[in-house]
Amino acid sequence: MDLDPVLIGRWQFGITTVYHFWMVPLTLGLGMLVAILQTMYHRTGNEIYLRSTKFFGKLFLINFIMGVATGLVQEFQFGMAWSEYSRFVGDVFGAPLALEALLAFFLESTFLGLWIFGWGRLPRAVHLGSLWCAVIGSWISAYFIIVANSWMQHPVGVDMVDGRPVMTDVWAVMTNNTAIAAYTHALCGALAVGGGFLLGISWYHLYRRRKDGIDTIGPDGKVVVGSAPEVPGRDALDHQVWIRSLRIGAIVGIIAFAGVAITGDIQSKLMFEQQPMKMASAEAACHDGTEFSVLTIGDPSSNDCDGVENVFEIPGLLSFLANGDFNTPVHGVTTLLPDYQDKYGTHLPEDERYGQHSGEEIDYQPIMIVTYWGFRLMIGFGIVAAGVSALGLWLTRKGTVPASAWLMRGAALSITAPFLANSAGWIFTEMGRQPFVVAPNPAQLDGVYMFTQAALSPELTPGMLLFSLISLSLVYGILMVVELRLLIVYIRGGVASAMPEVTKTNHTPRITNDEDDVLSFAY
Amino acid sequence: METLATIWFVLIIVLWMGYLFLDGFDLGVGMLMPVLSRTERQKRVLLNTIGPTWDGNEVWLITAAGATFAAFPHWYASLFSALYIPLTLCLLALIFRAVAIEYRGKGHSQAWKTFWTWAMAVGSAGIAFFIGAMLAITSSGLPLNDNGDIVGGAFAWMGWPAVFGGLGGVGFALVHGLIFLGLKTQGDMREKAQRWARRLLLPCSIGFLVWFGLSITHRPWLSAVVVAAVIALGAAYFAVRSGAEKAAFVLHGLYLVSGLFAVFAGAYPNVLPSTLDSANSLTIASASSSDYTLTVMLVVTVICLPIIIGYQIFSYRMFLGRIAETHIPEAHRVPVAIRS
Repeated sequence: MDLDPVLIGRWQFGITTVYHFWMVPLTLGLGMLVAILQTMYHRTGNEIYLRSTKFFGKLFLINFIMGVATGLVQEFQFGMAWSEYSRFVGDVFGAPLALEALLAFFLESTFLGLWIFGWGRLPRAVHLGSLWCAVIGSWISAYFIIVANSWMQHPVGVDMVDGRPVMTDVWAVMTNNTAIAAYTHALCGALAVGGGFLLGISWYHLYRRRKDGIDTIGPDGKVVVGSAPEVPGRDALDHQVWIRSLRIGAIVGIIAFAGVAITGDIQSKLMFEQQPMKMASAEAACHDGTEFSVLTIGDPSSNDCDGVENVFEIPGLLSFLANGDFNTPVHGVTTLLPDYQDKYGTHLPEDERYGQHSGEEIDYQPIMIVTYWGFRLMIGFGIVAAGVSALGLWLTRKGTVPASAWLMRGAALSITAPFLANSAGWIFTEMGRQPFVVAPNPAQLDGVYMFTQAALSPELTPGMLLFSLISLSLVYGILMVVELRLLIVYIRGGVASAMPEVTKTNHTPRITNDEDDVLSFAY
Repeated sequence: METLATIWFVLIIVLWMGYLFLDGFDLGVGMLMPVLSRTERQKRVLLNTIGPTWDGNEVWLITAAGATFAAFPHWYASLFSALYIPLTLCLLALIFRAVAIEYRGKGHSQAWKTFWTWAMAVGSAGIAFFIGAMLAITSSGLPLNDNGDIVGGAFAWMGWPAVFGGLGGVGFALVHGLIFLGLKTQGDMREKAQRWARRLLLPCSIGFLVWFGLSITHRPWLSAVVVAAVIALGAAYFAVRSGAEKAAFVLHGLYLVSGLFAVFAGAYPNVLPSTLDSANSLTIASASSSDYTLTVMLVVTVICLPIIIGYQIFSYRMFLGRIAETHIPEAHRVPVAIRS
C-alpha cells in the first residue's frame, strides 16, 4: 500500500486543529461572560451573580485546561510535521507565535492561576482584575494566531529574498485586512458559543425546577418561584440565577449572530478578491454569474464541473455578497482555472521537495463538496443558534421555561450549534485554501505562495505520521469523553457543585476556629 | 547580523533556563506524587504546592519554542522534525500532566484518583526526560543532510546525549522538586523531602554533569564555568544537609544556569551541529531570521519580559507560605440537583 504522507499529515493537522477549536471558542466566549458576571457581582453585590460566576467559572476551567493541553500540539507540529513550511515562512510566521506566547499566554496562565486560587485571598478588586487579565490574554492570543493564519490566506508585508519571504513591514502583517475581518468574525463566533452555553444549561435547570415541582405557573401565566430545601441548591435565588443567565446568554447569542453576519460579509467580500477560487468553490459556481446557489447537487466523487447541477438559485444574490450590487457577474471555476494555471503553472515542479507528487498536475479547485457544504453548514448552524436564542427570549418572557422535556432537550442540543458553525467555517476556509498552504496574494505577483505538497517534513515516513496521528487521536477521543462526562456531572449538580456553601445556609455552624487557614480552593 | 542573532541565541537559552528552573520543580513534584505521599490528603498537599503557578511556568516552554521558530526557523524546523517520535511522546506527556492537575480532584472514585496520580507522575517524568534529551541533542548534534533533515530513520536521534540529557532532566527535576517541597511544606512532608533530597541530590545530578562537562571539549576555558557549576552543586548539597532550604534552592538553580551556559557557550555559534558534515551544521548565521524580524522581536521582548517576570513574582508572592495537611479543605462531592 502506497500511503501518501502529505495526506496523513493533513488529516493530523485537521483533526488536532478542529479538536483544539472546540475548546478555544468556549474559552474565549465563556471566559468573557464569566468576567462580566463577576463584574456585575462586584458592582451590585447581588448573590445571583456570584453564584453564576462560580458555576460557569467551574465549567470554564474544566474546558480551559483542554485548550491549553491541545494548544501545545499546535505549536509543536509546525516544526515536527511541516518543517519545509516552517523554513519557508519562518521569518514572518514565527513572530506572531512568539508574540502570542509573550503578550498573551503568560498573562492568561499567570492570572488564571491567581483567579482560581485567589477567592477570599486576594482583595476583591484584584481578584476580579485577575480574571479580566486572563480573559484579555486569551483574546490577545486569538488575535496573534489569526494574524498568523491570515498571512497564509493573504500574504502581506514581505519581500522575496533567496526564495523565501522575508518580513519587511510588521505593521502590514499585524493589520492585514484579512486578519482583522477573521479575528472579529472568530470572536463573534466565540461569543455565540458562550451565549449558547449559558442558554442551554440554564434552560435545563429551569426545566428541572419545574419538573421537580419547585417552580409552578400561576393563574396569570407567570412563574411562581418555590424552593426545595432538601434538594441541594434549590432555593428561591437559584431560579434567579438560571433565568438571568438564560436571558443573558440569549441576548449575547443574538448580538453575536449579528456580529458574525456583519464580519462574515466583510470577510467574504475580501475572499472573493483575495482567494476567488475558494469562493467560487464555496458557491459551486462553475460558470460566471450572479446567482447564489441554495441547493446544488452532483456527483461528489467527481469534483468536476460537468457533474454539478444547480437545482435552485437566487439571481443577483451572489453578486450582492461579493460586490454589493445585483448584476456584476462573479467569476466561476471554469473562468478562474486558466488564470491560475497561467500564473502558478499547470504542473508541480520536478523537485524532490514534492516527494511522490513531483511533476504532478495541479488541481486548483478545492474539494467542492467540502467548501460548498462547509460554507452552508456554517451559516445554517449560526442561524439555528440565533433562532434558539430568539425563541428562548420569547418563551421565557413570563419568568421560566415551558415544562416540555422535548424543548429542554432541543435547547440543550442547541449548545452544539455554534460549535459546529465554528468548525464548519474553519474547515471551509482551510480546505478552500488548497492546493496552497500559503495562498498567493493576487495583488502582487511576487512568488510568495507555497503548495501544500511541498510543506511536509521530508524525513517523515507514513509510519511515523500514522504513529502520531493514531496516538493523538486516541488520546483526544478518550479525553473528549472524560471532559464531557465531567461537564455533565458539574452541570447536573447546579450551583451547589461549584459552591458547596449554598447547601448549608442557616443550620451549619462554623466548625473550628482555624477555618480561616483552610484554603478557599484547592485541587 | 551576527550580533542580533547572538543576542537571540542567548535569549532563547535564557528562556530554556527559566523553563527548567520553574517547571523543573513542578515536574519533580509531579513525579513524587505517587511515591512521596501516603495518604490522599498528602497527595493533595503536593498537588497544591504547584497548583496556582504551574501553568505560568509551562508558558516558558511555549515561549522558548515560539521564540526559536521566530528567531531561528531553520533550527526549529530541523530539530523538531528530527525528533518527531520523542516530541510526539513529549506532547502526550504534556497533555496528561496538564489535564491530571485540573481533573484529578474532580472525581471521587479510587480508580479515578489513582489513574490521574500516575498520569501526573509519568507525564511529568516524560516531559523532563524528552526536554532534557532534546536540549542535549541540540548541543551535540544530529546526522543532518544539506537540507537540514535528519538521515537514518525515525530513531537516528538515539545516542548517549539523549540518555545523559534525558536522565539528567529527570534527575534535575526530582531534586529540584524535593528542594522546592522542603520550602513549601511543613512537618513530616518537609522532613521527608529534605531526607530524600540529601540522598538523591548527587546521584541524580550525574546525567547533567556529564552533559555540562562535555562542553570543555569545544572551549577549554569553559572548564572554569563547569567548575563553578560543580561548586554550586556541592554548595547546594551542603545547604540541603544543613537545612538551609532557600540557599539550597538558589544554589541548585545556579548550578543549572551555569551548566547550561557552559553547554551553549561551547556549542556557539552552532545551534544544531550536523554530525555528518560540518558544512551542514546550523549556526546562528545560517539558521536565523532576517535582521528586521529579529529587531522587531527584540524590542517587544525587552519591553515584555521584565513585565512578565514582575507579575510572575507577584503571583508567587501571593501564594507564599507553606502548605500543611490542615490547609486542605474537605474534598467536595458534587451533588445532583434532582428531587428523588
